[in-house]
Amino acid sequence: MNKVIEFIQQPWPWWVSGPLIAYIMFSLLYFGKGFGLSTNFKTVCNILGADKFSDFFKFDWRDQIWNLVFVTGTIIGGFLAAHYLTPSQVVAISPSTIADLKAIGVANPGASYEPEMFNAENVWSLRSMIFLLAGGFFVGFGTRYANGCTSGHAISGLSNLQKWSLVAVVGFFIGGLTMTHLIMPYLMKL
Amino acid sequence: MKYVRFFIMGILFGIILSKSEVISWFRIQEMFRFQSIHMYGVIGTAVITGILVIQFIKRTKMKDAQGQYIQVVEQEPGYARNLIGGTIFGLGWALTGACPGPLFILLGHQGLVFLIPLAGAVLGTFVYGILRPKLPH
Repeated sequence: MNKVIEFIQQPWPWWVSGPLIAYIMFSLLYFGKGFGLSTNFKTVCNILGADKFSDFFKFDWRDQIWNLVFVTGTIIGGFLAAHYLTPSQVVAISPSTIADLKAIGVANPGASYEPEMFNAENVWSLRSMIFLLAGGFFVGFGTRYANGCTSGHAISGLSNLQKWSLVAVVGFFIGGLTMTHLIMPYLMKL
Repeated sequence: MKYVRFFIMGILFGIILSKSEVISWFRIQEMFRFQSIHMYGVIGTAVITGILVIQFIKRTKMKDAQGQYIQVVEQEPGYARNLIGGTIFGLGWALTGACPGPLFILLGHQGLVFLIPLAGAVLGTFVYGILRPKLPH
């Protein structure tokens, strides 16, 4: 049993994780549901009363209870992984990424899952708020505009050979590359 | 009780994305700098497996647990919505280092700090809903 736990506690390679993600998508399809995480933001808006402001939020949130339950499970899964299945929090990113991130002022790249500017004691700064709060805003706005995120477009849409998902994924990279290479070096100076 | 299976699937999904480091801000930075196969390998093998799964479902006219034919949703057409919406999402993906699934997982993995980007995402969704009639789609 200890051998099994030690085996699971290693970082999982990409060729294990990718097919498992497809298996989760298949399981949801088998139970009559679509794989789409960003829909939960819309459901939360509805529950908080957004349907009084826009017809876009007029739908029966109870049809999405399964997705809220799924997402609650993901939070528990993250907790279990962090506290019981990951003895080392080091993320073995490539030496060139470490060098590039140090060059723009990111402390200790890869020493843990998340950068130090996201720690509870560092988070109340302008820079961290732009990364987390404005970043989250763009994630929410963009996924609803494009009608899907990585799970809906990149995984489900591309698996279903959808042209419009490919267009959306091209957009994901236009935005991600622009932020990483053109804007982030300036944000790190704040 | 019918929701228990979705709870278990969610736990598995959270563990899979945590253990393969997909939720890490550093892995997303590495991806947008093209410095490792890791993220491309995760998404690529998920899509290749997914194509095989969906082709199998369609060709065998597979039925779901309730005996209905499995329907795979078609995405909304339109260059403007997919390209502009996708680009805005990409800006946020690079900043937070997490797409929506990982944002939730990180709340369990790292703690309450991740309520900040989750609140941002709910607000962004709300503002999109308000501005929607004025935006090109």
